[in-house]
Amino acid sequence: MNDFQTFREKAVKEYKKLQHPTKPVIYIGMGSCGLASGAGEVWQKTREILDRDKIKADMLKVGCIGPCYLEPFLDIQIPGSPRMSFNNVTVEKLEKLLPSFLLNGKSKIKPIGYLGGNGEAHEGIKSLWELPMLRGQERIVLRNCGIIDPENIGHYIARGGFEGLLKALKKGPQGVIGEVKTAGLRGRGGAGFPTWKKWQLCHDAPGNRKFLICNADEGDPGAFMNRSLMEGDPLSLLEGMIIAAFAIRASTAYIYIRAEYPLAIERLKIAISQMQKHGLLGKNILGSDYSLDMRIKEGAGAFVCGEETALIASIEGERGMPRSRPPYPASSGLWGHPTNINNVETLATVSTVLREGGKWFAGYGSEKSKGTKTFALVGKVRRTGLIEVPMGTTLREIIFDIGGGTRKEFKAVQTGGPSGGCLSKEFLDLPVDYESLSGAGSIMGSGGLIIMDDDTCMVDVAQYFLRFTSVESCGKCTPCRIGTKRMVEILEKITSGDAEPGDIQALKDLAVTVKEGSLCGLGQTAPNPVLTTLKYFPEEYEKHVVDNRCPAAVCRELVEYNVIKDKCTGCQRCVDVCPTEAITGPRSEPHYLDAEKCIKCRACYEICRFDAIAGDAITIE
Amino acid sequence: MAVSIIAITSKYAPGDKSNLIAILQDAQKKVGYITPEAVDKISGHLNISRSQIYGVASFYSQFKFNPPGRNSIKICLGTACHVQGGDFLLNALNSEIGISPNETTEDEKFDLDRVACLGCCALAPVIMVNDAIFSNMSVVKMKDLLDLYE
Repeated sequence: MNDFQTFREKAVKEYKKLQHPTKPVIYIGMGSCGLASGAGEVWQKTREILDRDKIKADMLKVGCIGPCYLEPFLDIQIPGSPRMSFNNVTVEKLEKLLPSFLLNGKSKIKPIGYLGGNGEAHEGIKSLWELPMLRGQERIVLRNCGIIDPENIGHYIARGGFEGLLKALKKGPQGVIGEVKTAGLRGRGGAGFPTWKKWQLCHDAPGNRKFLICNADEGDPGAFMNRSLMEGDPLSLLEGMIIAAFAIRASTAYIYIRAEYPLAIERLKIAISQMQKHGLLGKNILGSDYSLDMRIKEGAGAFVCGEETALIASIEGERGMPRSRPPYPASSGLWGHPTNINNVETLATVSTVLREGGKWFAGYGSEKSKGTKTFALVGKVRRTGLIEVPMGTTLREIIFDIGGGTRKEFKAVQTGGPSGGCLSKEFLDLPVDYESLSGAGSIMGSGGLIIMDDDTCMVDVAQYFLRFTSVESCGKCTPCRIGTKRMVEILEKITSGDAEPGDIQALKDLAVTVKEGSLCGLGQTAPNPVLTTLKYFPEEYEKHVVDNRCPAAVCRELVEYNVIKDKCTGCQRCVDVCPTEAITGPRSEPHYLDAEKCIKCRACYEICRFDAIAGDAITIE
Repeated sequence: MAVSIIAITSKYAPGDKSNLIAILQDAQKKVGYITPEAVDKISGHLNISRSQIYGVASFYSQFKFNPPGRNSIKICLGTACHVQGGDFLLNALNSEIGISPNETTEDEKFDLDRVACLGCCALAPVIMVNDAIFSNMSVVKMKDLLDLYE
């Protein structure tokens, strides 16, 4: 305990020193999104420039601050100035930026904002939090992401880390559960079950051996909130896990994480070993009588393992197939012992709830949905990325104020992944909370928000999700195994122009059967994308069935590619990229597209759009 | 190969089948896919039948039963990638290198997998080649990219 206090004082001192540096510090966002946009090259080039020009500066890897459309993200703090952020940094940009900014504090490349300080403009540069994408946000869970070095436990501690755990150990299990009840925290995995109730059930269940499992399987396609959080601030999750495990008196905790997240796994492993070194994990945590063993289990790729009984089967080394409940895991879970399963975001929130108090947390959000929620804002929206907003924020605020709207006309927002639904523009003023979304036929889900515009075909989207769930169906119960397959077949008929008049009714009937007859959540929610699109976009289905047309020009069978003669300049770029030599014609004369040879790969359409002169010479009809 | 599998199984307690998935993951990391020899060894170590092992392994999309190519392409077909044209990438790959998901090219240059989501949705559509993720892909960009691999 005293060791920890000494370590904390040292960490605070060192962190302060970092914020008031004597030589420049360069922070580079090295989350998966950053790396995918080229942060690795940016890191290497920065190192090279520093060595070449003999500039003394420290380099730090940080997580993702959220606005993915600005990646790669790089911050520079020179002594006596706040931390300046630069967006979309490329290797070429670095040459113009680094030497002059590091040596003279100025460069031709202007920062997009600054971090820290008092929030007022600094030499004409606004605070980064004034950016339209960040202004409407409230960062509780993500407060450390992109700010601290996720591989340095000292940074986490200096920013209040483990204060929640210290308080929890003093309060005792029942006190912790009470605090979470006051906070009104509900499960962030999607269903919204009150967290305290889940804990209480497991706490009260008889048994000497209990388990805590963190569900980090994040299987929803289109969602990456948990990945970003674990990459950017793994310790907040681990602290929350100890608090939860302490509340239910679990002796072993598992993180079930998908193997597709190698960076998150690595950061968690580093964090766990640092915690063990400082007495924050293992025997007698912080000198108390509480001990906890923390293990990582890598998932092997099965969406159904997000369902808790399937997840448990998978940890036991079996096929990840759900079983019927009751008994619930709270009384009989992993190897038959009482087990509590929470989502990553729920657990990471717990550390803040304990640190700041349940009352403080309940001050955010709406009446029945307290606190904040993270969302992955993706699809056809201008500003994509990871955001955190108070519950009750409207879809319009999220999509238009934070996301900057869509390029073409907004059509729909999909929430809740394959279990959720598509909501049309009539719902834009819907506040985002558990009740409102399920009332509209969708669900909160884990936080994926996929924005769709006029280029998106709603029938295709429904088909996409049903294909996904039919493939991911474990096959145990018939309604899900066969029902989703038959639904896919009907949708395939519709999107290829072979539909018959009774098909839409058959689709509706099947949807209801699958919803009511399936064993687990996967099957019970699988028809939601179909039901919501049928309800809110019936005209799109009709166009496909009656007119054999796909208004969004997505369904391949219903689309023909053509060259528009008056627009084509004969630049030959499409001729070069066509893999089947379907386009021919001499230079400077309109080309000809042979529909027989065309495989509709869209390469010509893409390359023509990038050509400023030819404009939309190749269109789809 | 048999030796390397024993090196893997010996890290885990004999007879504890809760480690089956972890052993399979290690074996695949080492050899690139799940070989019949590996299944034999694991079966002996954990004292479970080979059919049980295949039953578990084939349930999870991560496990492969064919030798992989020199380069592994993973095409993300998450929702965001789908909406941004991921399917067009998959079709272009089929026509360009002539393989479908779960296959390896004849010259063993590439193998192809579809994944549900790589979690880079804001940069969709994305593909992963070996360990690197490439963002904002297009049919044209992808073709240029694949030319860089041997």
